[in-house]
Amino acid sequence: MNAFRQLLKRDVMLTFREGGAVGTALGFYVMVITLLPLGIGPDLNLLARIAPGLLWVALMLAALLSLGRLFETDLEDGSLDVLATAGLPLEAVAAVKCLAHWLGTAVPLVIMAPVLGLLLNLPLDAYLPLVMSMLVGTPAVSFVGGIGAALTLKARRGGMLIALLMLPLFVPTLIFGIETVAGAVVDSGAFWPSFLILSAISLASIVLAPLAIAAALRLQVQ
Amino acid sequence: MHQASPPAQTFTQRFANPTRFMALSAKLLPWIAAAAVLLIAIGLVMGLQAPVDYQQGHTAKIMYVHVPAAWLSMAGYSLIAISSFGLLVFRHPLADVSAKAAAPIGAAFTLLCLVTGSLWGKPMWGAFWVWDPRLTSVLILFFLYMGLIALRSAIEDEALASKLTAILALVGIVILPVIKFSVEWNSLHQPASVMRLGAPKIHPSLLWPLLVMALGLTMAFIAMHMKGMQNEILRRRVKALRAAEVQQAAGYAAPQAAV
Repeated sequence: MNAFRQLLKRDVMLTFREGGAVGTALGFYVMVITLLPLGIGPDLNLLARIAPGLLWVALMLAALLSLGRLFETDLEDGSLDVLATAGLPLEAVAAVKCLAHWLGTAVPLVIMAPVLGLLLNLPLDAYLPLVMSMLVGTPAVSFVGGIGAALTLKARRGGMLIALLMLPLFVPTLIFGIETVAGAVVDSGAFWPSFLILSAISLASIVLAPLAIAAALRLQVQ
Repeated sequence: MHQASPPAQTFTQRFANPTRFMALSAKLLPWIAAAAVLLIAIGLVMGLQAPVDYQQGHTAKIMYVHVPAAWLSMAGYSLIAISSFGLLVFRHPLADVSAKAAAPIGAAFTLLCLVTGSLWGKPMWGAFWVWDPRLTSVLILFFLYMGLIALRSAIEDEALASKLTAILALVGIVILPVIKFSVEWNSLHQPASVMRLGAPKIHPSLLWPLLVMALGLTMAFIAMHMKGMQNEILRRRVKALRAAEVQQAAGYAAPQAAV
């Protein structure tokens, strides 16, 4: 457990200190949300209606940007080989990496989302459900995205490929994330079913994704 | 390894030998291909002669291509998933060949399903594409196929590419039901009417051509898959021979380089 905590601390610190990965993701998020109203037009009613969807989709794209580097730096400097031969099982290493991505990238993006909601005229009663749905749904993005990062580790043009591989797999998270917000705005009774399914998707990916990631890493670390 | 008699081989082990597969498939392939052509021809004639739908007119006949394509798009992905499982768990030598050959064929049938669906949708729904849940999940299935093909082509080491693609296929088969469930909260489509408990809801005069077409296109899928596997095995043999040739040439060159 101590190794788990140490590795998590190292990875979160690396995300914040190395190369400004968080800053890039946040900047991308802000830029996409700024460009969309320019493309769609400044109709505030329309923007309010589609705001949850725009915020969710842009958040996924921003998270994807940083996912490509999840294992790459560790493979390049050899620390992935050390981790693979160290005491911690590779599944646990994979889980730590994804958890660190969630803490270091996804959570800052979620914190940024309500601020961007102001730009999109998000209805007042949608803020809390939006943040809750994102907090609960983004672990699925980080963990399922980790599978893509592990699969494309040695691929050419990995960055574009990871989007092609992973975006279809994000569909359930996206749909129930938005259903949660819509359910809360239209009728507060519809909030819970979608919210609970979203939680189930996240929990399932936290359990299952490390198995796939470890299997993929084992093939590439020798 | 010194047993007097080898243990009885299971069905799949017996076909693990690529040479045996090549011999067997060479014998079977003409028959399957002929059956496919015959069944599709009969099915098309039956389908065109089937009673015209009183609401949809002749456009309903798109069904005879659309429905089998939809079923084959899912069968193709299942085949890839089973082959991937065979590769990762049993290291079956033909499993990877099968998974690789099935991907473009399955993708083609998925595309066929999407195209016929949107051609059918234009007169029925007034648009080539509506964000109907079932359309959406077929589109996502198409993206999953594209992902498999793209991942395999992006990794240079072929053995590694096979295994990573197999992992992706298995991840896909786990998530696919979740995607279908999440997309199909409420659907424009009619509920399943052929494969359901009790008598089929569709009239026999329409059902028979559909079944013949489904069988014919399935035969076509099998024939193409078999041919694809043969080609892949031959391609690998050529590659191995070339590698051996290069190695031999390098063997002659190496002492000179050392001097």
